[in-house]
Parts: sequence; structure tokens; C-alpha cells
Amino acid sequence: MKQRLSHLKQLEAESIYIMREVASQFERPALLFSGGKDSITLVHLALKAFRPGKFPFPLVHIDTGHNFVEALDFRDRLAERIGEKLIVRYVQDSIDQGKAVEEKGKFPSRNAIQTVTLLDTIAEFKFDACIGGARRDEEKARAKERVFSVRDEFGSWDPKLQRPELWNIYNGKIHVGENVRVFPISNWTELDVWEYIREEQIELPSLYFSHQREIVWRDNLVFPVSKFITLDSQDKVETKTIRFRTVGDMTCTAAVESQADNIDDIIKEIQTSRTTERGSRLDDKRSEAAMEERKRGGYF
Amino acid sequence: MDLLRFITAGSVDDGKSTLIGRLLYDSKSVFIDQLEALERAGQVNGEINLALLTDGLKAEREQGITIDVAYKYFSTPKRKFIIADAPGHIQYTRNMVTGASNSDLAIILVDARKGVIEQTYRHSYIVSLLRLPHVLVCVNKMDLVEYSETVFLDICEQYKKFAKDLQIKSLDFLPISALKGDNVVDLSSAMPWWKGKSLLQHLEEVEIDTEEVSLFPRFPVQYVIRPQTTEFHDYRGYAGQIRSGSFRVGDSVKILPSGLVSKIAGIDTYEGSLNEAHYPMSVTIRLADDIDVSRGDMIVTSNQEPTVSQDIEAELCWMDAKALVPGNKYLLRQTTGNVKCLVKEIQFLVDTQTHQKLESSQLALNQIGRVSIRTAKPMAFDSYASIRSTGSFILVDEGTNQTVAAGMIL
Repeated sequence: MKQRLSHLKQLEAESIYIMREVASQFERPALLFSGGKDSITLVHLALKAFRPGKFPFPLVHIDTGHNFVEALDFRDRLAERIGEKLIVRYVQDSIDQGKAVEEKGKFPSRNAIQTVTLLDTIAEFKFDACIGGARRDEEKARAKERVFSVRDEFGSWDPKLQRPELWNIYNGKIHVGENVRVFPISNWTELDVWEYIREEQIELPSLYFSHQREIVWRDNLVFPVSKFITLDSQDKVETKTIRFRTVGDMTCTAAVESQADNIDDIIKEIQTSRTTERGSRLDDKRSEAAMEERKRGGYF
Repeated sequence: MDLLRFITAGSVDDGKSTLIGRLLYDSKSVFIDQLEALERAGQVNGEINLALLTDGLKAEREQGITIDVAYKYFSTPKRKFIIADAPGHIQYTRNMVTGASNSDLAIILVDARKGVIEQTYRHSYIVSLLRLPHVLVCVNKMDLVEYSETVFLDICEQYKKFAKDLQIKSLDFLPISALKGDNVVDLSSAMPWWKGKSLLQHLEEVEIDTEEVSLFPRFPVQYVIRPQTTEFHDYRGYAGQIRSGSFRVGDSVKILPSGLVSKIAGIDTYEGSLNEAHYPMSVTIRLADDIDVSRGDMIVTSNQEPTVSQDIEAELCWMDAKALVPGNKYLLRQTTGNVKCLVKEIQFLVDTQTHQKLESSQLALNQIGRVSIRTAKPMAFDSYASIRSTGSFILVDEGTNQTVAAGMIL
């Protein structure tokens, strides 16, 4: 019998295998959930990996306080629909406790201080593994990361000291205080995720589909107007038909002008796009090594 | 659409990163913002530095070398590709083994000016040891030898002579210039004597093995699903990924290493139950009898069972700075199982250049040798040559938790 699975089914089988390795190798894992398409895909894969049983981990959201309300609503509804536990921790609490300091300037972002809250949450629940929806095609430092990425007691990643990762035998053994970040969809591309969402009919927040919104131009990028950004006399507020290709904070996630209001059109748009997904992320444009440095600091 | 995973190997400065950059660039897989970043990073000899597309770490960009495996993705209308861009430097051999262990094909780059050198031997040996089904030797920098057919043919002869005692199922050669793009995506007008395919064509058309599907059925139990809810009160499912072959409902099965027997009562997925499932599907198997089965056990059918033993002989690629000496104890991880083990003897180490067996009292970092291992409990395994995923293992140092070796069972 000669029979091969489609590339999406191969990727799915690999991701389910990785999720089950996490469940088996760790005492207190967590699934980092943001309400974006990649973590929604993770939840779908977890249903496939563990049903009819319960998830062996809670969903954990580090809420920066600058999130899109659509993403938060979606998050809460999803957790309720599948009947799994959701833990939310707030960057605002870290700021109020004096552990994190808000950035100043016209483009303040909570991206960096999100790490403080994440590391505190890992310590609070003694999580030994955190599953995340990062993909290697997103960014060049991510392209270097293992599926099981060991972090030291400070949450730091040392790219020069990564464990060899052989075949599909994952080594999750760690010392107390260390943790492992696990990326089951490492080998998926943005297009794979979208094609999978279409094939599996996975529901997404409305932000991903074209809609009208008030925006301003910054750095040649389209930004949503919200109470979290400071407008000055030079900013011209316009209403445009846009959609979001990636959903992070309202302060650092740019939109794209688009008429794509259904999955088929979105897939066509991505297939012909000449920019990467993270081209619309202001946080990655700060320096050549922005992602690598954040990850060394404990970012997921 | 199907998926081809391949690795690029070759010595430092043979142009691996440039080649991948070229493949991505010429197949229009590089995006405008990535190009802008490359342009900001500066040019080399008046051309953008394509190598920067893969060298993602600061230290790599500073030193201009690849330290760790980078995974890159691109697709054409025919196929989707995952590239493991592995470092060439001897110091990072373990990272090359990492990249090779998950690949179906290896591109081995040879500098046309230098011909086959020590690193070529070394990388080819590793690729053969890991039994990658396909090897493609790309003679690169043809532009620097005036696109000479004689130079190319000489290198092919030299390589074939060396490769005749390696385990390489299919071997092909291709003259290219990664820097100029000759024969990478499009056939080059500078080498009219070349009647073969371009690199991309080769990658699109090479037949991917499906042999795992037709091998004997192997299902290592990964995780036991027991919901204990009202609806699924007595449900007990063994979750895992089929490593080879296929299973059908009603098949008589044996659980190893215990040797208990049962029948497959059901094969479940989230979408519903299946009558049959095959490699590499992740499924949940239910058995007809209530017997003791847990993670690390292997479910097999009665035809051609794996070996169950506490003694194994294996080829080992050593990956730790602290050398292996006989008498050392490690944790051995094979499929989903964990067992303590003792390395009893180092039979010999291999000179990867001459294939000579050398006597040695230890295996040092990046050395490859044959060892005898005794495990604390019986384990079920196949030879790596017959089924890769049940014949491979890693050794973990229980003090440091580091992965210290890749093992292939004989």
C-alpha cells in the first residue's frame, strides 16, 4: 500500500504528537492562548490530541491591557464552549506592583513588559512547559528555535546552547526552576495555518476579516485608532476597509487595506502578498535582532 | 500537495546559506520587508547578501557563519519544502545530525575549486549513517572554474569512488552557482553541456519514499486517554502516532515488552472512528481486553515482531563535550519509552574519512562509533536499517539533562 497524507495532515499528525509529548513529559504544562489564529489553531489541535478527555493543561492568557476587544470576547467564548480552564494574568498588575515600567513616547508598547508578567505567571503556577503558537517562518530568530526550547531559571533562551533535537524524540528533562517552551506548529507556515483553518472550518475573531475602522498612518503602516495610542495634530484619522493579518496589541499591530471578507479571499491575498506577516508588526522593526533579544529575555 | 524535507550540508564557505537564499529568492519566496532588511544590512561585492536570509542569530551575522540549524519553508505549485540549513563547521556537527535526522534528502555542497574535502566525507558519512534516502551532490561555484565540465566530472568521479561503500540509495550530481543562480531554479546558459535538471526541478520531482507505510505495524503508546466522565465512564484509549505500517479494527495485537495479546476494538480520532489507520497518523487505539498498557509500550501485530531485549548494539554519534567512556550510565529514550542504560563497551570508532575502524577507549565530541549497551529493563526495537523510528534513540545525561548522543540500533 502506497499512501501519503496531504502536507496539512502530515503537519497535523506531527503537532498532535508534540502536544501529547508535552502532556506525558511534564507535570504542569500550560497552553499560551492569545485569541489569535495561531493559538486558536493550537486549541483545535489539542481537541484532536486529547478528546474525549479533558486538556491536561489550562489555557493561559497574558493580557497586556491593550488587546482588541474582539479577541478577548472570542477568547472567553471559546474557553466556555470547549469547557476548558482559562487563566488570565494582567500586565497592568505588574505595572501597578512596580515590577514593570510602561514605555514612554509616542509609540509605547507593552510587548517587552509582557515578559515580566509571563515569567511571574510561570512562577506562580510552577508551569514547567508552555505551549506556544510560534512558527519558524515568522521571523529569522524563530527559524532557529527547537520544538522543545529549554529556558533557564530566568526564562532566557540561549541559542548557542540548544539541545540537539533528533528524529522526533523530544527531550523535555529539566531542572527545577527551568521551563520548556514548546512550539507544536513550528513547521507550519502562515499559509498552512490559513489552509488548515479553511479545511477544518475553524472559527476566528472578526478582526481577521475585512471591516471598516478608523485608522491613522504611522511609519507607512495602517494603525487602528484606540484609546491606547496618542494622537497629535499631525495624525489624520481616516475610515478605511481593512483587516488584520496578525493580532497582537492594538499599539503594535498594523492592519492591511483589504476587501477580503472570507477565507478563500484571505488565502488568495496571502498567496500573492509580497510582505511577511510580521512586516505589519512594529515591535519587530525596532532592530535587526529585536525578536532574538526579546526571546533571550524570556519572551515566548 | 506533498511535503519534502531536505538538509543542506557542506563545508564552511561552500555557500549553503547563499544557495538557500537563492532558492527562496528565485522562487519568489522572499518578501519585500525581508529584502528591505537585507538591503539595510549592506551588500557584498555589489550584490545583496542572500546568506543573511538564513543566518538568523546575531552571532551568526557577526561572524558570517551558520551556528545552528535554521529551518526555512517554501513551496511551489508542485510541492512544499522544509529546508534544514545545517552548519558546516566541525564544531557544530551535532547540529548537522539534528537537521539530517528529520530529512528525506540531503544536498551536499562541494566547492568546485576545492573538490571533495574532509568535511564532504564527514557529512556524507553522517547522511549515510542516518540513512537519508536521497543524496544530491551540488558542485557549487562553477562560475569560478569557468563552468568547466571536466572539473565537474572529475569531482563526480572522486565522490563516487568514496561513496561506493556508503549506504546511499539514490545519488545524483548537479553543477551550480548559488551566487549567480546557475541551474538553481532555472537551467543555465553558461553550462550548455548540462543535460540534467535544475536544482528546483530535481527537488520537485524526486520520488519521496513511502516505505514506512508498507513496513510492519508499530504503534508506541504515547499517552493514555481516560476521561472518567459519565459519558465516557469506561473509555480507555491509547493515544500515539503510527510509526510504520497500518492497523485495522479487529487486528490481533501484541503489547511489548510484556507480550500480552489482545485485539483492536476501535481506532478513534476527534472526527470519529476509523476502520483503518496508517503511518504517520496520530490516532487513539482501543483494545478489546482490559490489560496493563502504558506509555512506552509498543503495540504491534503478530507478523514480524520487533526484538525484545536488554542488550543492544548501536552506532552512536557523540554530542557532548564530556567524552563517553565505558561504564557510564545514561537515560535511553527510544520512541516514547525511557530506560536507564549502561554503555558496556566501545567496540571501535570510525574514521569518517577513510571508514577505518579505530580502537579507542572513549568517544569524544562529534565522534562516531559502535557500542554495546545494556538496558535496565527489556525494550522493544527494530534495527535502524529496517525501521528508522523504532531503531533510533537518544541518550540523556541524567546529571545535566543534556541530549548527549544519537543512536542507531544495528
